[in-house]
Amino acid sequence: MEKPAYDYGIVRSFVVWSMVWGLVTVLVGVLIAFQLCDPALNLPPFLTYGRLRPLHTNAGIFGWGIGSFFALFYFIVQRLCKTPLWSPKLARFQLWFFNATIIAAAVTLLLGYNTSKEYHELEWPLDIMVVILWVIFAVNIIMTIVKRREEQMYISLWYILATIVGVAVLYLVNGAEVPVSLFKSYSAYAGTNDANVQWWFGHNAVAMVLTTPPLAIFYYFLPKSTGVPIYSHRMSIIAFWSLIFMYLWTGAHHLLWTPVPDWVQTLAMAFSVMLIAPSWGSVFNGYLSMQGEWHQMKQNYLVKFLILGITFYGLQTLQGPLQSIRSFSAFIHYTDWVPGHVHMGTMGWVSLVLFAAIYYLTPYMFGRKVYSIGLANLHFWLVLVGQLGYSVSMWIAGVQQAGMWHAMNPDGSLTYTFIETLVEMYPYYWVRAFCGVIYLAGVLVFFYNLYMTARKGEPVDNPALQTN
Amino acid sequence: MWEKKPVLLLVLATVTILVGTIITMVLPFAWVNTKADRIASVTPYTPLELAGRDVYIREGCNNCHSQTVRPLVAEVLRYGDYSKSGEFVYDRPHLWGSRRMGPDLARIGGKYPDAWHYKHMRDPKSMVPQTNMPAYAFLDRERVDPELTRRKMEVLGFPYTEEQIAALSGKTEMDAIVAYLQKLGTGIPWREAAGSEIVGELKNPFAGNRTAVEAGEELYEKHCAACHGKEREGDIGPELSGLGDLDDAELFRILYNGIPDGGMPAFSKLGSEKTWQLVNYLKEED
Repeated sequence: MEKPAYDYGIVRSFVVWSMVWGLVTVLVGVLIAFQLCDPALNLPPFLTYGRLRPLHTNAGIFGWGIGSFFALFYFIVQRLCKTPLWSPKLARFQLWFFNATIIAAAVTLLLGYNTSKEYHELEWPLDIMVVILWVIFAVNIIMTIVKRREEQMYISLWYILATIVGVAVLYLVNGAEVPVSLFKSYSAYAGTNDANVQWWFGHNAVAMVLTTPPLAIFYYFLPKSTGVPIYSHRMSIIAFWSLIFMYLWTGAHHLLWTPVPDWVQTLAMAFSVMLIAPSWGSVFNGYLSMQGEWHQMKQNYLVKFLILGITFYGLQTLQGPLQSIRSFSAFIHYTDWVPGHVHMGTMGWVSLVLFAAIYYLTPYMFGRKVYSIGLANLHFWLVLVGQLGYSVSMWIAGVQQAGMWHAMNPDGSLTYTFIETLVEMYPYYWVRAFCGVIYLAGVLVFFYNLYMTARKGEPVDNPALQTN
Repeated sequence: MWEKKPVLLLVLATVTILVGTIITMVLPFAWVNTKADRIASVTPYTPLELAGRDVYIREGCNNCHSQTVRPLVAEVLRYGDYSKSGEFVYDRPHLWGSRRMGPDLARIGGKYPDAWHYKHMRDPKSMVPQTNMPAYAFLDRERVDPELTRRKMEVLGFPYTEEQIAALSGKTEMDAIVAYLQKLGTGIPWREAAGSEIVGELKNPFAGNRTAVEAGEELYEKHCAACHGKEREGDIGPELSGLGDLDDAELFRILYNGIPDGGMPAFSKLGSEKTWQLVNYLKEED
């Protein structure tokens, strides 16, 4: 069988752009972290925390996250289907439309055009752009899979297909709104219903944007990097179906103790706890695939990124269900514990897996070996230390904050005023900001390494032979 | 079998994700925001309040402030009566938030006089020196657009009069956001209900105690100085001199329950010991 002409050009373009948006994400993240330490760093009206924070999350989830998924999915799908991309032209159009959307998103968010719904702040004209983008992408991926020359669809393809429908359903339902003017609209739902729909979206964006795509990538790149297959196919099947079944019940765990009906809260809590099983199904599948191969953690830098990544996924999926227990939620919800949790997911799990995948792709994209494995290791340690410092400082801060919020005197009055609890947070906010700088340094090393690869990397004839 | 058929996989995946979706997201529509939820005293926003709410959304205030008081002891003490579903029926979108870098605002309405909010929005540090809230002084320069606001009222189906729309001309966004903040949480008369009836005789446990005066002074700087001035010379609130003649128990009552109509918040959350210390300090003549 002749080798199909895979399109790696589009993969490269998406990677480069997603890295640019990744850098923007971390830069803005560091800036807003410092703004919390010193409010003088806010420059109203455009550069205040309130406007920059949605920019930070949107650039991270949609620019860096989705941008990388576009790149990696196009790579994975072509190879798993043994067929070239269905329409490279459509993919090119998608690339430019993607960048136009992200730029428009950044500008409108800074101008204050936002719907206030977390992780879905974009106003309605931008929502429409996102929908177009997703349809183009879905058509290209699905058609490529339909035209495949490999009968069986590998695990990664299941996750990719689930991502496509999941994101579509979530985005359309939560985005329903009534326009007032070009950049102002009101949600189609009111009050308690709006909150319930929003967190059904909010938490399941974590499922369908920040879990299933990195899992698709993990399941593809772990065996490719180690050279040994995934431990159990059957375990992947069970984990896949139970994961996408259970996740959609859990959104209301963000709304414990609110006016949302009790039975919805209880179901959300129960399913969140049960979700440990399918999540850890993938974690174990990853770990067990390493049987007899653990020495690669020392020798193969890609494995380090991937295994630490799945480890953070495992920690996340223990911490998440814990947080969804009503009594624990009463304590830590609204505190700094939560950003600590979220960032272990985004900076640890999602980003570590993406870094590994991008290093793996490099020889295919540029026809060159990675410029420096030493620098890749430095990058690994910087982002690991940065992320751990960030998360741990925020966990401690959150526990202290909650403890102070709930502290009461023997006569039943509150021990601390709100501002007294804030004052105690400043040292932790400084620690977090500096850990953000360390993480940023790691991202810059990553950029430099890839730039030098493109410029000066040693050429490779057969990328498949180069794993480290 | 499904591993070989992408379209079948897509259909099965869609069905799978719809089960939880229908049960926890679609079904609640039958029970929530229905007639049974309504609270008669909860009213839609006026044009000025709505304009203020949109400023709140634009500035992303919900990134730092939540708007739901949970039925937990400390929260009810700190913020007021816990939130009820019927209070949010006019909120599109909801603004419950997910993070409290600043305090919850669900019941901020009526807690402080307007003047407090204007000063605080223009320069938060002038009211709360250690805050990390940015200043929003620029809202004084931006004007509310009456015609756009009219369109918003129509889209939301809120009642309004021509006078209300006419009154918007010349109003600043600062006026609007203060009006909105003053509306928050006032849909139910919880403040009146929460006023604690003090039973038994009120006897100052610190009468003539010098340390209590010092402790009271510290409390004054923290809780009272922003409104009544550093030297009790008055600012937003009145000057506090000549209180020596006031009965201890009377002063305690005022501090404990506030003056709801005069814009003075209740300080019952301080507990009786600290309130007595304040009484002692306030009665001390300079």
